[in-house]
Parts: sequence; structure tokens; C-alpha cells
Amino acid sequence: MNEVKTIDARNTFCPGPLMELITYMRQAEVGDTLELLSTDAGTANDVPEWVKKVGHELISSEQVEGVWHLKVRKAK
Amino acid sequence: MRILIVGGGTGGTIVANNLARRLAEEIRGGRVRLTMLSASDRHMYQPGLLYVAFGQMMPDELYRKQKSLLESSIDFHVDPVEEFMLDQNRVRTAGGRTHEYDVMVIATGSRIVPHEIPGLEEGAETFYSEAGAIKMFKALRQFQEGTVAIVVGVPHKCPIAPVEVTFALHDYFVARGIRDKVHIKYHYPIGRIHTIENVAKWAVPEFERMGIETETLFNIREVDPKHQVVHSEEGTETHYDLLIAIPPHRGMEVIETQKLGTGGWIPTDRNQLTMEGHDNVYVVGDTTNLPVSKTGSAAHFEAEVVAQNIASLVKIGAPVCEYDGKVYCFIETGHNSATYAMFNYENPPQLKTPNKAMHWFKTSYNKMYWTSVRGLL
Repeated sequence: MNEVKTIDARNTFCPGPLMELITYMRQAEVGDTLELLSTDAGTANDVPEWVKKVGHELISSEQVEGVWHLKVRKAK
Repeated sequence: MRILIVGGGTGGTIVANNLARRLAEEIRGGRVRLTMLSASDRHMYQPGLLYVAFGQMMPDELYRKQKSLLESSIDFHVDPVEEFMLDQNRVRTAGGRTHEYDVMVIATGSRIVPHEIPGLEEGAETFYSEAGAIKMFKALRQFQEGTVAIVVGVPHKCPIAPVEVTFALHDYFVARGIRDKVHIKYHYPIGRIHTIENVAKWAVPEFERMGIETETLFNIREVDPKHQVVHSEEGTETHYDLLIAIPPHRGMEVIETQKLGTGGWIPTDRNQLTMEGHDNVYVVGDTTNLPVSKTGSAAHFEAEVVAQNIASLVKIGAPVCEYDGKVYCFIETGHNSATYAMFNYENPPQLKTPNKAMHWFKTSYNKMYWTSVRGLL
């Protein structure tokens, strides 16, 4: 199993969590899993919407002590 | 102490000049040596490229000799680094020289990589290089009617550029009297029309008022220049008559080949601005992997923190301040008005109503930049 790469996008307004995730997804290999950390309330909706539309896989989404943790696997 | 600055863009130049002033006495006394290595003898004011693309600035207005921007106490060499030997505190340059350091600042910047998206170089105009901006202006001049599509690669420098170029296109075609023959369609990678929520909220009614169509969640997969179609990763497509692209970026090649950071972005402490695992190496500007806008403004504020801390290391043996994520971006909202976005890690930007005075300020700043990068402003 590949190592999960963490993207620390807490407290960022620009480029923002989803833009950060897209950046790292471009660099990742198919099958890689990325974990996005975000303090942006919109992330819980924005990221799953994009992941679904582009065809990647959302593995988990949870909020821990005010920080969203979303794990996404690159599917294509 | 030997201080080595790698890169002569906005961040590197401000660090160097700031240090030269803070450590003037130490440099005169021979206790500090300040060296800069750059890939070019010229310094470009990159935000000016947008104006070149609309015929409002000439390319030669964007350049100054790098040496003319630096304090005379800085030992400047046009000799880019090819090899970083971090465990030995030394670098080797393209010219074959070795430079040792006690503290190093890496400010090598970023580069456009349009070739990473099939068809983008052939099919799209862009203004992220001098040649591209001139070519885009000539394409605009010839354009008479049809669909102009704006698409955005990720990641990209100057996050405000997509909306700025869109407003500028609207004003440009209005001025030519053909706006009614031109359909402008704006595409953006995430689920709203700008990554900064307040910019998105403000721009939506502005775009509607100007008759600009928008499509969100559009990441460029490929461009088909023959059929003039741009396809998205999300499965949609747009036909265009003129395609304008914000190209995707990477950090500089040497950062990747030397394995200092994936994508050319160096893992950096978001407050200290030191390279992860190397407390005597600072990273400034586009080169960092921080979730901060890749802009001259961010580089400027980071550079001031780094210079202040290196100077205090020399004087008292400890850093004295931290970077708080500060960014200040002008937002040109057409050819006659502007506003700005100022924010940091904790506070989102609150946009003011665009006005002519801010546009004049930005126009003035296009000249004042040279004062700023010298560390005087």
C-alpha cells in the first residue's frame, strides 16, 4: 500500500484547500491516496463534489477538533 | 557569516537588499559576506505582462538590469546553481564554481509548463511570458467575432489573473465596439469562480452584468486546436474561437532534479520559512510549497521576514519574527477601475468597491515596483 501523503491546507484562503488538492493530485500516481487537512467549512462539500465529478475516490471525510480530514484516492 | 541567495527575482532581490542595509556595518567590517547567484542579468516585472497582452505597456518597460537593483555591497553573479549539497553547506553552479555558505536563501521561483496539457501550447494564447503576451495581443487585435474561452491550469502564479484578464477582455472588446459580437466564457477549476470566496461572491454579479458565461469545476484535460475544442478532466468541453489560458506551473527544474521538492516546490515551515530539515536554509516566494498565493506580494512579505531573521541571527543569534501568511494583491477590474485583496493565514480578504483611484495606484505601482524591489518602499 502506498504511503498516504498529507496536504496541510489549514488556514489558507488562496489558493485554498481544493486548489491545493488538485495541485497534488496532478503530481500523484494513479492509486495514490492523499489526505487533505482543511479548516475551511466549505471543504466538506466542495471536495466530494469535485472528486465525484472528476472520477476519483473519496475514502473518508471526518472533522477532528475543527480540522477536516479528507482522504482521496487518485483513480485515473 | 557567509549568506548565499539563490535567485534574483522579487523575493531574492528584496532579501538581498534588505540584508545589505541591516548588515551594512558587518559587511564593511568583513564579518558578513552577501552573495547572490541568478540565472539572468535582467529582472522582469512580471505583472506587467498582462498590460503587454492588451497593448498598454511595451515589453522593454518590464525590465531592469539586475545589478542596477542591488546594493553595491552584494556580490552578484549570473551563474545559476546546478547542484545543491545541503549536507556540506555548498552549491555548485553552471559555471563550475563552488560557493559555501552558513545561511542560504532559495528563491528560484516558478516556471510555466503548458506542454504538460496536450494541445495547450498550440491552441491557446497566454500572457505568462514576453513572447506569449505579444502573441496574445496580436491575436486579440485580429479577433473580430466569436467565443473567447478563458481556462485555468493548476497550480498557477498570480491567482487573481483569471478574473483580471476576463475583466480586461470585456473592456477591450467594448472599446473596439465589437463586444456584442464576442461571447466570453470563463472556466475555473473549483466549484466557484474564484478560490477566494469573497472574490467569487463579488465577481459573480459583475460577470453577469457584463454578460460573461461561467463554468466551474473545469480542469483542462486537453486542447484540440484543429477542432478548436477544450476538454475538461470533469468530462465537459467548450468550443472556442480564441482560447486564453492561465498555464499550469512548476517550480524550477533544478529543484526537481536535485530532489528538493516534488513539483519543484520545497517543503517549507509556514512561519519560520525554513526548509524542512534544514534550519540554515530559507525558502522564499513561489519556490515554497506553502498554501499561499504564488505572487510577488507574498514573496515580498516573506522576504522581509527572512531578511529580518537572518540579520538578527547575525546580531543576537536568534530569529525574531514569523511570517503570518500576509498577501496583498491588486485586482484590476477592467481598464479603469481596481480593488485589492489583503489577507493572511487567519483573516480572509474583505473586498472594497472597485474604483478609479485604486486603478491609478496600481498603474503607479507598475513604476514604483523598482523602488519596492530595491527595498526602499
